[in-house]
Amino acid sequence: MNAISLLRTIALFLALTLGLASPAQAQVADAELTPLVDALAPGNFKDREAAIGVLVATGDPRVVPVLEVLLEGELYFDEASGKVVFTSEAGGEGTISDPATGAELPDLTEDGLDKVKVNNGLRRVLRTAIGQMTLLSEDPGVRLFAAQSILRDADPAQLELLDSAIAAETDASIRRVMEQARAAIILKTPDASVEDWQAAIPVVQAIGGRDALNTLTTALNTAPEAVKPLIQTAIDGLARDRAVWDVAQNVWFGISLGSVLLLAAIGLAITFGVMGVINMAHGEMVMLGAYTTFVVQEVIRQNFPGLFDWSLAIALPLAFLVTGLIGIAIERGVIRFLYGRPLETLLATWGLSLIIQQAVQRIFTANIREVGNPTWMSGSFELGGLAITWNRFYIVIFALMVFVALLLVLKYTAIGLHMRAVTQNRRMASAMGIRTPLVDAMTFGLGSGIAGLAGVALSQIGNVSPNLGQGYIIDSFMVVVFGGVGNLWGTLVGALTLGIANKFIEPYAGAVLGKIIILVLIILFIQRRPRGLFALKGRSIEA
Amino acid sequence: MTVVNRNFAALGLGVAMTMGAIAVPAFAQDETIKVGVLHSLSGTMAISETTLKDTMLFLIDEQNKKGGLLGKQLEAVVVDPASDWPLFAEKARELIEVNGVAAVFGCWTSSSRKSVLPVFEELNSILFYPVQYEGEESQRNVFYTGAAPNQQAIPAVDYLMENEGVERWVLAGTDYVYPQTTNKILEQYLMDKGVAAEDIMINYTPFGHSDWQTIVSDIKTFGSTGKKTAVVSTINGDANVPFYKELANQGIKAEDIPVVAFSVGEEELAGFDTTPLVGHLAAWNYFQSVDVPENAAFIESWQTFMGNPDKVTNDPMEATVIGFNLWVQAVEKAGTTDTDAVLDAIIGLETPNLTGGVAKMLPNHHITKPVLIGEIQADGQFEVVSESELVPGDAWSDFLPESKMIEADWTAPISCGNYNTETKTCGGAS
Repeated sequence: MNAISLLRTIALFLALTLGLASPAQAQVADAELTPLVDALAPGNFKDREAAIGVLVATGDPRVVPVLEVLLEGELYFDEASGKVVFTSEAGGEGTISDPATGAELPDLTEDGLDKVKVNNGLRRVLRTAIGQMTLLSEDPGVRLFAAQSILRDADPAQLELLDSAIAAETDASIRRVMEQARAAIILKTPDASVEDWQAAIPVVQAIGGRDALNTLTTALNTAPEAVKPLIQTAIDGLARDRAVWDVAQNVWFGISLGSVLLLAAIGLAITFGVMGVINMAHGEMVMLGAYTTFVVQEVIRQNFPGLFDWSLAIALPLAFLVTGLIGIAIERGVIRFLYGRPLETLLATWGLSLIIQQAVQRIFTANIREVGNPTWMSGSFELGGLAITWNRFYIVIFALMVFVALLLVLKYTAIGLHMRAVTQNRRMASAMGIRTPLVDAMTFGLGSGIAGLAGVALSQIGNVSPNLGQGYIIDSFMVVVFGGVGNLWGTLVGALTLGIANKFIEPYAGAVLGKIIILVLIILFIQRRPRGLFALKGRSIEA
Repeated sequence: MTVVNRNFAALGLGVAMTMGAIAVPAFAQDETIKVGVLHSLSGTMAISETTLKDTMLFLIDEQNKKGGLLGKQLEAVVVDPASDWPLFAEKARELIEVNGVAAVFGCWTSSSRKSVLPVFEELNSILFYPVQYEGEESQRNVFYTGAAPNQQAIPAVDYLMENEGVERWVLAGTDYVYPQTTNKILEQYLMDKGVAAEDIMINYTPFGHSDWQTIVSDIKTFGSTGKKTAVVSTINGDANVPFYKELANQGIKAEDIPVVAFSVGEEELAGFDTTPLVGHLAAWNYFQSVDVPENAAFIESWQTFMGNPDKVTNDPMEATVIGFNLWVQAVEKAGTTDTDAVLDAIIGLETPNLTGGVAKMLPNHHITKPVLIGEIQADGQFEVVSESELVPGDAWSDFLPESKMIEADWTAPISCGNYNTETKTCGGAS
């Protein structure tokens, strides 16, 4: 403990003498720097934080890479000697070198190394420290990043440094971030002058969004009395914006949930809606589609890592084929013997769903399988005050594409024409020379294939496990029945309505009660309109 | 008539499938001690429980290599309760009455444990329960080798308060008994610590919840009031993957709003890329990454047994190992597998755990455990950031007013699972 308190004293001393505001290109002798770097290894997180403070105070540019490596959790130390070292490869492997001199250390072995541990608190400290040390960097990208990390923490100790950086900054966009950071710091400094506060408030307000709201709300308590009304107005303005955007955000969440429901239900809309087959194994088709994606990704990972971003594009046709063929096999093998007997179809397909689940569990085990997001489907983007995640965004687009494609197939292709003919009047269609058994098989195959496509999409937002399908089967039936059996438009409207309704109820009632409320509403609705939103009219329905 | 026949055919198909998973061991010698394994091998919980079945087979195999127990070989009787809570009770009865097992290792969810309790009491057999749970229970025939709330939830919250300075709390859980009781205890604990009611948000979701958009966005809003916010997650099973994916995609970083989970271990993390989750936390009593010789030896023999060098280990596995070793010791000490003798013999026995400490069976049928807090790493493992001394498991929470005067002690003279220290009677709070 003595060594540590000594370190703290040194830190204080260095900070006072060198001054935090002048870290410009100070260089410390190797012999002095090395023990300071080695001080990162021993002790707990608090000791490490103190050691970082000492390192930053040296202002030596060689400290930055050390901190960056530590931030990534890739800084190691030799257990025997306590010496902190760099390794050339991640995971503490490769050649070992000295952080201060860069010289190789052939005496040390990988086995003797242990990781210098970091936790969240330390990561925050490191980010600020790196920001502070690189704010005057030559590279504009590094400067921007540094300014952003200072803005994040808004530590009043950085004010002087920031002032000199703003004075020297030539790039307008970086200067704006720096000024925002400065304003955020002012709002944390109660004894700053009223003029400073007045200037800072609009700058922070202009940042917008939750972060600005956050900073202003915190500042309200400590602000000088004179500017409190100004802050309150700014907060009110931001909160008003927020309220509007929250509604928009809920609508987007609803659309996104609706598109997932649409994808899961649209295949069912064909097998159940058009053919009248209660297919309890529909969810398992979705699951098989997701597993196809998993297999495709595994093959790509092992053989063609460069193609990973294309894995979904490759998985889509394969999933369609696999599930489509299985669907045709189910229709030919089981369901064609059971037409007109809904109860038996229900039981038989339920049995099939169990068989498929167990089979998948035997092959792939019950563990969740990792299906990765391609880089273009990770993260989110901002649209005004909306945060839209890429994976959800693409799934909405994809669901609509599948819907339109299916509509076109049914309307403008020969097989679509035959399907509609068989649905409307099987015997008449047969008399006209349509091979109804073939059409049945194709229709069921199409419905199953689309379920497979849904599986590819759903693997991007949920689990891939043998139970994947079960979670969607009830919702799918709900959508089809609500939208109106036998009508694709009904499925679209039904899915989106349910999605949006769900997302507007959820914030008030919670996820559990929300689901129940939706279910009750649907039951009441079906009582009033047994044929759903868009009822098919005509004699065929009564038959 | 054909209609009826076809109906039966279809029904039969489903029934056949459910029955198919029941495995009865082929060899049944007279001179074996039978051990029941009651873990779901199908249904929602199969993802977590299958590993524990394998762990039991592994342990029994190891014990038989050492010469068995009391000079006899051990024999596993594996049944599949299929994640169906009432079926757990039926299968437990089958194990005890039909197969005559000496002890049962099993259950995962609290619902399944509650379902089998009356069976073990009635038939006077022994259950070892290896999963962290909500506490508020101590049954004569059950040994709880997972963590009680004071061995997991409370220390995790303390860590966040002290090291991260958290002032605002989201308690998010799956809607069933474990998260609800744990959250009740935590809420009371936080209030006692001076956290205001408006700084606590409690949220429940159904099993297998997959659409986390609204909740994650709510957490973001809740966390942007200037006070440091953390999420305490008791979200169970496969709902975790979409939850963490949504967190990562909406850009919630561990440095801003850390999530500490009580049900996410190495096994669950194997299901996705953890790079965006680095820094989120989990509280357990064991991590695979713990660097002690006992653990390294265990991992190696486990991976050899499974024939898979990437097979991970996790906390409930360690709890199973401890439970099994304690049972073996107790049987050796008692010289018989007779329930009453083993119940007496096991109290006070000690066995090394896999993190370098000692697990001691306490009179309240819970054990001593160290509490480890780990941060998720990019390779799907945990880095231990905090490790406590051995904490004795407390069956009845001291933080709930209705249970703080209750203690469990199965040794004479008290011999009671819910002894009221105020009224000096056995029978709980009333």
